[in-house]
Amino acid sequence: MAKPKVAFYWCASCGGCEETVVDLAEDILKVVDAVDIALWPVAIDTKLKNVQAWEPGEVTVAFINGAIRTSEQFEWVKLLREKCPLVIAFGSCAHIGGIPGLANDTTRDEIFANKYHRSPTVVNTDQITPQEQTTVDSYDLKLPKFWKDVKTLDQVIDVDYYLPGCPPPPDLIAAAVGAILEGKLPAKGAVLAPEKALCDTCPRNDTKPDELTITEFKRVATSTPDPEKCFLADGFLCMGPATRSGCGERCINGNMPCRGCFGPTPDAIDPGLKILAAVASRGEADNEDDAKTLADSLVDPVGTLYRFGLPASMLKRSVATERAQP
Amino acid sequence: MADQQFEPKIVGFLCRWCSYTGADLAGTSRMQYPSNLAGIRVMCSGRVDPTFVVKALKEGADGVLIAGCHPGDCHYSEGNYKAMRRHPMLVNLLEQFGVARQRVRLEWISASEGKRFAEVVTEFTEQIRALGPLNWNQRVQAECEMV
Repeated sequence: MAKPKVAFYWCASCGGCEETVVDLAEDILKVVDAVDIALWPVAIDTKLKNVQAWEPGEVTVAFINGAIRTSEQFEWVKLLREKCPLVIAFGSCAHIGGIPGLANDTTRDEIFANKYHRSPTVVNTDQITPQEQTTVDSYDLKLPKFWKDVKTLDQVIDVDYYLPGCPPPPDLIAAAVGAILEGKLPAKGAVLAPEKALCDTCPRNDTKPDELTITEFKRVATSTPDPEKCFLADGFLCMGPATRSGCGERCINGNMPCRGCFGPTPDAIDPGLKILAAVASRGEADNEDDAKTLADSLVDPVGTLYRFGLPASMLKRSVATERAQP
Repeated sequence: MADQQFEPKIVGFLCRWCSYTGADLAGTSRMQYPSNLAGIRVMCSGRVDPTFVVKALKEGADGVLIAGCHPGDCHYSEGNYKAMRRHPMLVNLLEQFGVARQRVRLEWISASEGKRFAEVVTEFTEQIRALGPLNWNQRVQAECEMV
């Protein structure tokens, strides 16, 4: 029997998701034994026209990582959706927007102004800003359109399953590939990770006091967390209570609080606001001034509460035009 | 304000024990105050999840008032303290996100303060009128790519 074919594709991402496939180490050989890789831009030179020539269904599954920011990424994922019976959003960016999704707290104009004009390391004497189309020496040059916002994969195409994580851990990938090969996938739309919150599996759960009290919010940049203690009890904002488990507690074991890359548990409608409600109400403040001081000690609330999930959240995109321009 | 016709839409989450009763008192005392506030009775200001506030703003409210018992008077002993601690963090978040912090206001109004309820609603309505319409959805749509 011919081996099933799979495709890997990347969009607005860092390459870490490709790295995690490489991190399967010698197990990658088992993957190659079981499937043929038909598309993998990081390792194989496959052109758009090759993919266009695929018979529908010829390639069984597409693992797509990265958020969607440009017209080119959109064209590619639309094509993969047409060709592949199974599309899996691979990693935080495709699943909930990821780190690139934080750009939804600013506008395209601000990004271009910073990147091409204001940044102190940029010398742009002609004040050139990239255009979608330009003519140089009678050649028409084209660039993909840089969208006004960052979208999750399921905001642009139909997605069958989600593999969360930044990047997804090898055991979850192996389990997902196994389920595909054996035809034992759950109902469409499932996130292929446990439903319980990270706190449930956290090795520090025993040190979480029954009555949590938060006196101030500390930052890992300026203080070192206690290596044994529950991060919240130690004053570090941890997204564990509203984030899915299954990550292997890699950050916790590295003495870093959870930043929420696995996305919300099924019950957390908006994990950022849920964590805000939970931790703020545990604050030690009995008057409005103390409450303000406590709130102000949480520097960068959007970047902390929505580090990975802004495009998929209720907030989704800043109400930028009401903000006073800098 | 360019838009002379602008009538602010304000959602008020009013605690059942104090502020909602205070609103009732304002009504039965026939006090005059703007009709811009749509009051929603909740059991406690501590029950007002930040998602309620964001949902109201997203779906067309120009301002949100959260009103509860004075500190120390909570029927559930400390629900209003939870509201008090959440409020500055929520407005910090909204401000970073582009929504003026004045759009979400927290007030303590007891059951006997009908006059104060009328004053708060009047003042807040004028404050929101001066800020202008929020139009959250339209503003966001304008900065999103349509697919």
